This record gives sequence, structure tokens and C-alpha cells, in this order.
Amino acid sequence: MFGAGGGTSSYEETRAADLIVLWGSNAREAHPIFFHHVLKAVNAGAQLIVVDPRRTPSAQWADLWLGLDVGTDIPLANAVGREIIAAGLHDEEFIARATTGFDAYRASVEPWTLEEAERVTGVPADAIRELAHAYGSAEHAQLCWTLGITEHHNAVDNVFALINLALLTGKVGKWGSGLQPLRGQNNVQGGGDMGAIPNKLPGFQDVGDDAARGKFEAAWGTTISPEPGLHLTGMFEAMEHGDLRAVYVVGENPAQGEADQLRAERLLSGLDHLVVQDLFVTRTAELADVVLPAAATLGEAEGTVTSSERRVQRVRKAVEPPAGARDDVELVYELARRLGHDLGSPHAADVWEELRSLSPMHAGMSYTRLEELGGIQWPCMDEDDPGALFLHGRLWDAVVAERAPFMPVEYDPPVDLLDADFPLRLTTGRRLESFNTGVQSNRYGSPLHVGGEAILLAPEDGERYGVADGSRVRVVSRRGSVEAPARYDATLRPGLAFMNLHFPDLVATNVLTIDATDPQSGTAEFKATAIRLEPVA
Amino acid sequence: MPDLKLIDAEATAAERDAIDAVVGVEVSADGRVARRDRHRRQLLLPALRAAQRRVGWVTPGALGYASRRLDVPPAEAYGVATFYAMLSLEERPPDVLHVCTDLACRLKGAEVPEGAVASPCLGLCELAPASLRVTAGEEPREVQLPETRLPVHGDRLLKGFPAGEALARARELGPEGVMDAIEQAGLLGRGGAAFPTAAKWRAVAGQPARPHYLVCNADESEPGTFKDRVLMEEEPDAIVEAIAIAMLAADCEKGYVYIRAEYPLAHERMRDAIAASDADIELRIGAGAYVCGEETALFQSIEGYRGEPRNKPPFPVEVGLFGKPTVVNNVETLVNVPHILLGDARPTRLFCLSGNVARPGLYERELGTPLRQLLDDAGAEPAKAVLLGGAAGTFLGPDELDIALDFNVTLGSGVVMVFGADADLRGAIHSIAEFFREESCGQCVPCRIGTVRQVEALHRNDRPVLAELAQVMRDASICGLGQTAANAVQSGLALL
Repeated sequence: MFGAGGGTSSYEETRAADLIVLWGSNAREAHPIFFHHVLKAVNAGAQLIVVDPRRTPSAQWADLWLGLDVGTDIPLANAVGREIIAAGLHDEEFIARATTGFDAYRASVEPWTLEEAERVTGVPADAIRELAHAYGSAEHAQLCWTLGITEHHNAVDNVFALINLALLTGKVGKWGSGLQPLRGQNNVQGGGDMGAIPNKLPGFQDVGDDAARGKFEAAWGTTISPEPGLHLTGMFEAMEHGDLRAVYVVGENPAQGEADQLRAERLLSGLDHLVVQDLFVTRTAELADVVLPAAATLGEAEGTVTSSERRVQRVRKAVEPPAGARDDVELVYELARRLGHDLGSPHAADVWEELRSLSPMHAGMSYTRLEELGGIQWPCMDEDDPGALFLHGRLWDAVVAERAPFMPVEYDPPVDLLDADFPLRLTTGRRLESFNTGVQSNRYGSPLHVGGEAILLAPEDGERYGVADGSRVRVVSRRGSVEAPARYDATLRPGLAFMNLHFPDLVATNVLTIDATDPQSGTAEFKATAIRLEPVA
Repeated sequence: MPDLKLIDAEATAAERDAIDAVVGVEVSADGRVARRDRHRRQLLLPALRAAQRRVGWVTPGALGYASRRLDVPPAEAYGVATFYAMLSLEERPPDVLHVCTDLACRLKGAEVPEGAVASPCLGLCELAPASLRVTAGEEPREVQLPETRLPVHGDRLLKGFPAGEALARARELGPEGVMDAIEQAGLLGRGGAAFPTAAKWRAVAGQPARPHYLVCNADESEPGTFKDRVLMEEEPDAIVEAIAIAMLAADCEKGYVYIRAEYPLAHERMRDAIAASDADIELRIGAGAYVCGEETALFQSIEGYRGEPRNKPPFPVEVGLFGKPTVVNNVETLVNVPHILLGDARPTRLFCLSGNVARPGLYERELGTPLRQLLDDAGAEPAKAVLLGGAAGTFLGPDELDIALDFNVTLGSGVVMVFGADADLRGAIHSIAEFFREESCGQCVPCRIGTVRQVEALHRNDRPVLAELAQVMRDASICGLGQTAANAVQSGLALL
């Protein structure tokens, strides 16, 4: 945020927090490593507040859980902001010195009284006030979110709504307080760091920045387009329009991981050429013209990964990959060679040294130092730089050169509206023991998987729609339908249903979901689908 | 700890409602807000009691639900539930009759009818034979039988007092003044140990740790004892006022009254009196465990653990309830306080007369009163033995009765139980030994094994082994239960 794509704080600060807010995050299941830092804080006396439509296992650890309607995060956040201002808990000095746009922000949240927010979000006014006062008055507060915020058609606005709260109270850029978008895998952060973002070069350098681009062009001896590339959802649109005809997929299973799965499969099948590089023969790989068997990053390859706290860590090769599988770097080099560009012999260490020469935020991270220090948190500008525990300390400088802007945001309800034909709100998410489309986690049998493909219903809804606990039901959305076992879950309130995406071969949840996407992030609205239940014929 | 491995069984809606009434609802009625208050294990016993009072027993579902709501591992909750005699983990009808088969009721020919449950002393000895009817349901009820009450014999503690005046006087005197007055009156603890009350208060008042607690020990369970029950039934406002004064003197933030489960009328009267008071006092009800009358076991019980006594030191005045400085006073001790502050410092004691006497009941007498005189007042039959101080006390033979009742003799809890010429003294001794075997908490070896061996040796009439066991239990048990478990047995055997 504020130009750098990473959480502002460290696990160490999380453990020392007075207040942790998990907003749209079921970290207990989806980020168990991060959650154990949360638990250390909780056990040391920190308050935990969870904002989530579902009373998730994370929420069950919380001192306070607020069960808002799916997609009403902005009204809730704006009401929290309004209440913080009304109660005088905002940091006027910080706002004046380090931010811009406060007046417009204040005007934008003005309509969101606690009562109005209660009407729209469903959360009682006094609970919203409690959240506002807890956040406004905490000394060290960590505001954390995940896909409950970002898997919406207005994902970026949702994120702005939360960042505004940190700016309002000065809870960013200083030890103990910060903003943390949690990352779903050990190296999601690293993917972004390395430039796997349409408008960024490695180290979050903008492709539109002539100087930055020129540096890479010189190093690579090639021309780089100043135009941003396509994010995943944009790629599917381009496939739809016939503009994108060949796709190289590395370690991803979009045939089952994308919203509106039937469309995704159709588009991938219609390509001129599809290359898939993966550990396993995924559904996407089954559609491919060429499959490149890859070695696993953990254990079978050398390199680095970056955690949610921006910590770059070494990974090492412990065993040889299975016969025929090759390291990702090796595969890319080989592909380059076949395409007429011999990059030499592939060594992760050489790639890393090149990165250090081109990405200033990684410049100080030699393999030796990474090893000595147990990883380093970027930015680390030179070999004397210990790395950064937290980001944006500059906001607390006497004179702030580049102020952080408030971004007023408006409520925009989910695209897939509820009506008489589709009366139930389906939201999707993760389970502790599974990962994404199950490419890795369904390889082994586990009693924890049994029944995992079920649609979870509030018992009241089961009775209302005549679906018995344990029976099979047809789940219908405006895009398709799937058959699934139904299970009653008392942690869901009436009107809210839940499915995961881990068992696509049993229940293709993403046949139901909508591909309404955020124009800026490209994320689809996985979290808000309108459904109805039909008896199985 | 929402990650507890819970019991599969589900609580019924009725059980959940009963437990929620104690621990609060988990999720708001609209399903939008949930709260998790931490550190609420202390609500475990009230929650289990509530579940049992609703359906008649503690079902696995109720146990699991209480565990989850209070973050207590189910195995530990099971350990707590099984500790208390009156909690049942086996299915039981909603209506249960507990019939007392203890000393005084044995003397009056107690019999346990088909379907009823035998019980240790119910504290209704002056009305023996006694029983307790427990009815679970939407409106649970407990009734002591008989429901009648006898007149009391005394002109001080049981004569009432002008409500509020002693507390007002205490506020005038201030904490130091109150403690000086109590000290000058020479008030000693009436729970059995006769410790100077003012010294205890001063010790807590001077502790820097916060908060300070006061616990009124109303877990009167000594067989033959019923004085605190009568006080709570007759003088609840005096007790509550005394607690408020003691809290003022020892600078206590919060008070607890812990009453044994078998006293439903006392619960009701005390609940009303507490409700009428400004002091922060919480009523706690036990669930059938003699050992919880031991002060540290009582702390454990309030805190939601098995009622197993702690090692001392540290003493409660330093490390007591919830690890904080705590005053523990017996009911009778406290009732003295308002009278002392209002100028009546006469050193009286309450005596529980039962057994083969014409006029059983509660007698208030000045310390030093001859035992003979008390026996005559109560119309005692010629005795082959008199049990003084209850099961933990001593049997006196017919030639030992010319003594004065002062702190030089084992008055314990004021029990004076008369065994007439035809009484089954051997049966009483066996009953006492069995009582200790049942009530031993099992924590320390001398008591856990000693009380069992004592019963076995009694059956063999193996006097040398009994004497050895008595010595070991007295020397090596953690708490008073084991230390006194052979007193009555030894003194009783000497009379056979």
C-alpha cells in the first residue's frame, strides 16, 4: 500500500499488539502460521476482534465478532471511521502532517451513522461503536485482512476503506501498529516482489516509469512495453475476445480456480496453444498442449521465498526431484534457449544476484546475509541495512515529503443480487487442511477431507427449504448448478450458505460463482453468489 | 480455547438455555454478534449445576457445551463434575429423594426407601430423620424435609438486630477502628480453628496485591452441624451486613458466600439479603463435597476446579481466592461482628444439640458453660457417649462430661450429639469412618489410602493398625480432613 505491495508490519509486532482486527480473514484456518502469532498476542492479553459474515473458527477465538452481510464492508468501515471522528479518537496531528484528503473523507463517511450502518450491514450499532472505540483507542493495533475483503468486485475500494481507518488514527508506520493483507501461501508475497503483477517490474518498480524500465531494458538487452500487462481476469477477457491465443501457466490451476468455471474451461480449451508447468497433472494440465513437469519449490529446488511480513528467506534443495521433473528456473532457461536466447546455465543464485542489481529494495540481501540473519524483511537497500521491521516510518517524519492520501469510497453492493429466485447468499472460502483447488492437498487421503465438499447451511435454512442434514441438494446460481451434500452448520445465520473450492472434482463450486471483477485488481467476486436450493431429482 | 477436542454429544436446547443463563449467550439473538469472555472457568460449577437442575443429571452434551463455553478441556470438566456427590453423570429421574443416613438420623431410625439415594449429613439433625427432595425441570426445586423449624434458644446472635446500624457504625469507626473493636472483643473464628478474626482482617488489609476477597464459608458440612443453616435462615441480613463490614475493614473489593447445596431455604434467604445490600457479594452454591468446607478447597471449588485443598503456606491472607489476599470467615464468626460493633461483645457460641435429647435444636450459650448444664437444658438421656465437634471431633464417655465448653476443648463446629443407652455406638463409629472414606478428595496419599484402610481395619477390629493409621493421617495429610479422620474413631473405640 502507498505504492508498496506488502503488509506494513512484522509478526513480532503482531505478537505485541493490544488489538488485532481480522477483517474478512479466517486466519485460524487459512493462515495458521500467522494465526499462531495472533494467538500469542491473545494469550498475552491482546483483544481480538473478527469481522466476518461467518462465525468462523477465527471468530470463535475473538473477544468480539461482528457478523456483517456479505459485501457491506465499506458501510461498516465508513461507520467506524465516522464514529472515530465523532468520538474524537482520530489523530489530528498525524492527519494534518502525513495525509491528504481528510475533509473529503470526512464528508464521505458522514452519512454512515451507526444506525444507518446497522441497517445496511446487519451489525448492531453498539457493536460497531465498540469496534470503532477499540481501534481508535488501542495503542498498538494490527488491522489484517484477506480474501473476504479482496474477493469482491470492488476489492480495491474495500482495501481503501480499511487503510483510511489506519490513516485516521495514525496506526501505520510506527512500531506495533500496521496494516496486514495476509498472504495465502508461503510465497505469494514473493511472486509480487518478483514482478508477477501486470504493471510492475521486480521490486515493485512501475513499468510506466521510464528510468526504471530503461534499467531493466539495458540489463536484459530488450525492449519492455510501458503498457501494463494483463492480470488473470483480464487474460480470460482477452481469450473471450480472441486477443489472447496462447497461454503459459506456471503453478496455477485456473480451469478450476476461476470464478464461473464452465466459462474458464471453455476459454482455455479454445486456445491455440496452452502450456502448463506444474507438479501435478491438474485439470488445467489436462487441457494443455504441452505439460512441463516441474520440481517442487520446497525441498527440490534452490532459491528464496518471501513471507507475509516481507521476509525473504532461503529455500534449499534437499532431495532430487522425481525423474523427468525439472526446476522451474531450469525449465524457463531451456524454453528461452529453444526460443533462441541462451541465458547460460541456470542457477538460482545467479538469478538472485541479477535481481539485487536491479531491485533496490533487495540490494542488501546477499545469500550469505539471508542465511546469517534468518531472512531479511524488505526494503534492504545495502549490505549494512538490517531490513525493515515495519514500513512507512517516513509518515512520522517531521516533514512528510510524500503524504498518504485518504481514499473516500462508496458502498457498492455485490453484483449478484438476491431475489425471489436466488434468495440465499453463498460465500466461499478455505478449510484448514486443504489448499485452493486441492492440486496439492487432495493427493493424500485424510479423514479431514471426508465430507469436505459439502455446502454448509444454517439449520433454519435447511428446514425452510426442505434440505435434510446430510442429504444431497442441487445448488443453483445464475451461471450454473452443482450437486453437493448438505450439512447443517449452526455457525451460519439464516440466509448465508458456505462452500469451499477444495474438491472441484467432487463439487465444482466455481461453476456457481460470478466473474464480476474488480477493475483495478482483477479479482473476481468469489465471496458473493446468489443461489437457490433444489431437490436432487 | 476454541480448539478443544470436544465431546460429540450435543446439548439440548433446554440445557443450552440453562447454561447460557449462567455464562451468557454465545451469539446475540439476531446472529450478528458473538463475544468470548476469557477466564471464566469459575463459572463451571454453576453451569453444571444449572444443567443438572434443568434435566436432572449432567448429560455428556451439557458437559461438552459447558466445556466449550468456558474454555475448559472436557476431561477437566469431567473431573470437576465427578468430584461432587450431588452432580450425577449417569441418567437419573428428574425427581430424586436424598435421604440422610448420617449420625443423628441413624439415631432416629433413618431408612432409605426404594428409589431414593442415601446421603451424608444434610444438616437437619435437630429434625432427624431428614431428607432432601430435588426436582429438576423448568422451575427446579429443592425442599428439605421436614419443612418445619424448631424454636432457637438464645438471646444474642439469634435475637435480631437493628439493620444498618452496625454498618453505619463501622463507617464511622473506619477500618482500623472496626478491627480494634473486634480485637478488643477477642472474637475468635467459629469454623473450628479459633483464629483471631481481627488478625486475619489486618493481614489481608495490609497486602499490596489486588483485589482483596472475602469469602463467607457457609459450606457447613460437618455431620451433626446445623448452626450456620439456622443463622442463614433466621439472620441473613445480619450475615450480609457483617460481610459488608468485614469487606470494609479488610479493604476487600468483592465478597463470596459459598453455601452447601443441601440448604435451599438458606440459599433463598441469603440471595434476597445479598440483593438488598450495596456490597459486591456473589452467592455460590456447592454440589455436595464435605472437603469444600476446607478454605483452600473452597477456593478451588469457586474457581471451577476439583475441591482439592492446597498446601499451606502460603496462607489465604496472602494467596487465597484467585491467588489474591482473602479473608475467609465462618458464618457464625461474621454474625458476631454487628453485635460487637453495637456494644454486645458477650462471648457466646452456638451449640447444635441432636441425638437422644428431648429438646434438640440450636442453643446459644456463653463460653465456659458446663456441658452438663447444656445437656440438661436439652433434656438429654443418660448418655453412653457424647460426640463433641462432629465427625472430626471427639467422643466423650459418661465420666468425661463434667467440662466447661470453652476453647480448651474440641468444640469444632459446636456439635453436641448425645448417644443414649440403646444407641449403636459401634455403628456410629463405622459410619464416621465410612464418611471420611467417601469424602476424602483423594489428593494426598495418607488420607486417600488411610481412610480406606481405616474402614477395613475397623471391620477386623485391628486396634494397632487403626492407631498407626490415625498417627499417619494426622501427621501427613495435607488438610484437616485427613488430619482429623481418626479422631472420633479413636475416641469412640476407647468407649466400647
